Amino acid sequence: MSAQSYRQLVIDGLWNNNQAMVALLGLCPLLAVTNTAINGLGLGLATLLVLTLSNVTVSIIRNWVRPEVRLPVFVIVIASFVTAVELSMNAWFYELYKILGIFIPLIVTNCAIIGRAEAFASKNAISRSLVDGLAMGSGFTLALVTLGAMRELLGMGTLFSQANLMFGEAAGGLTISLGDDFKGMLLAILPPGAFLGLGFLIALKNLIDKRLSHSRKAATHQAAANTELATG
Amino acid sequence: MTKHPVIIAGLILSLFAVSGVGMVALVHDQTKEIIATNEREALLKLLTALVPAESIDNDIVNAVTVARDADRLGKEEVDVYLGLKEGKPVAAVFTPVVPDGYSGPIKLLVAVRIDGSLGGIRVVAHKETPGLGDKVEEQKSDWIYGFTDKSLTNPGLAGWKVKRDGGEFDQFTGATVTPRSIVKAVKNTLLYYRDHGNSLFQSATGGPT
Repeated sequence: MSAQSYRQLVIDGLWNNNQAMVALLGLCPLLAVTNTAINGLGLGLATLLVLTLSNVTVSIIRNWVRPEVRLPVFVIVIASFVTAVELSMNAWFYELYKILGIFIPLIVTNCAIIGRAEAFASKNAISRSLVDGLAMGSGFTLALVTLGAMRELLGMGTLFSQANLMFGEAAGGLTISLGDDFKGMLLAILPPGAFLGLGFLIALKNLIDKRLSHSRKAATHQAAANTELATG
Repeated sequence: MTKHPVIIAGLILSLFAVSGVGMVALVHDQTKEIIATNEREALLKLLTALVPAESIDNDIVNAVTVARDADRLGKEEVDVYLGLKEGKPVAAVFTPVVPDGYSGPIKLLVAVRIDGSLGGIRVVAHKETPGLGDKVEEQKSDWIYGFTDKSLTNPGLAGWKVKRDGGEFDQFTGATVTPRSIVKAVKNTLLYYRDHGNSLFQSATGGPT
């Protein structure tokens, strides 16, 4: 039973209840930093780290924090981790920090994190909360990188530019370019491009879900995803 | 009895506040030196791109003085880094602000050599339109290199405009405001240096040179 539910947690986090594409949480950083794939990856990993740490911590303390102060306690936990991650990034990924800097503190206000703390970690065991944090964080990262890659490719005709900021000088060669002739579609880089891109991603996901449910009539998790969409 | 749960809740909350602050303080303590080094090195890298490291022998990052002229430098107080060799002035790197960028102020580094020519300029921070005005960035186009070696006599005061206004400097297709405001700000910095450059260096070298 337990193996099945872990698997379900991962599938929910990555796909069925993807925080960015289904729950539509954390849109502010999502839309703001996804002008390149690497920026998306940077913020995604920072969010993943904070989400996992906060899920585990909240799960550890879930039995002895009184309900009337649980939300302030969660906020303190999350804010402390975010500040720690911000300082660490400033120290060890300085170049990336200079680009993402102002969006890192905003992770505190990412509803996805307090949402998982309240809805999942405060009611579940430590190991399950850890898996949930990793899965939800990966799902969020995945959406950020996909959206970033889409916008970067359309807007600048490159992919993984500035990879060296994150992985060191050796990774500079990772950059893929469509060639100098490609002028780029400015709209994709500008803020409206983020909204359009996210819209396309959600539409694509719904299309895939529809295909899946057609081929497998009795896809029970589909119903769950749909209700999430309707209420979210 | 009714007070009791409230006090416990308050204690728990303050416990978390204290441990949260403790953790942040610990991380801050571990990282603050690395962060300071990072910032120093990033600044040094920027400065030595404009004032070659071999042309100076002082610690330029710490050889900083302040220029006060809001009209010409865009800000009440502007840091100026002074490059010296054997105690003699080599170049001054100004950090002026362009007040009239297309979407907000633009922060510059402007290196002026002792003879009044430009060692080069760089855009440090801006909010110009991606794809149009952001060609002022070193990574996006060569435009910013066009200032190197220019001075108030080359091209001359009348030439310190974009081509559309009858000057010497290129504008970008679709973005004239950004280059125009930067050209004006660099010219103003050079004018400030012409009038006050000597006194800036005197403050650093401790007397007339």
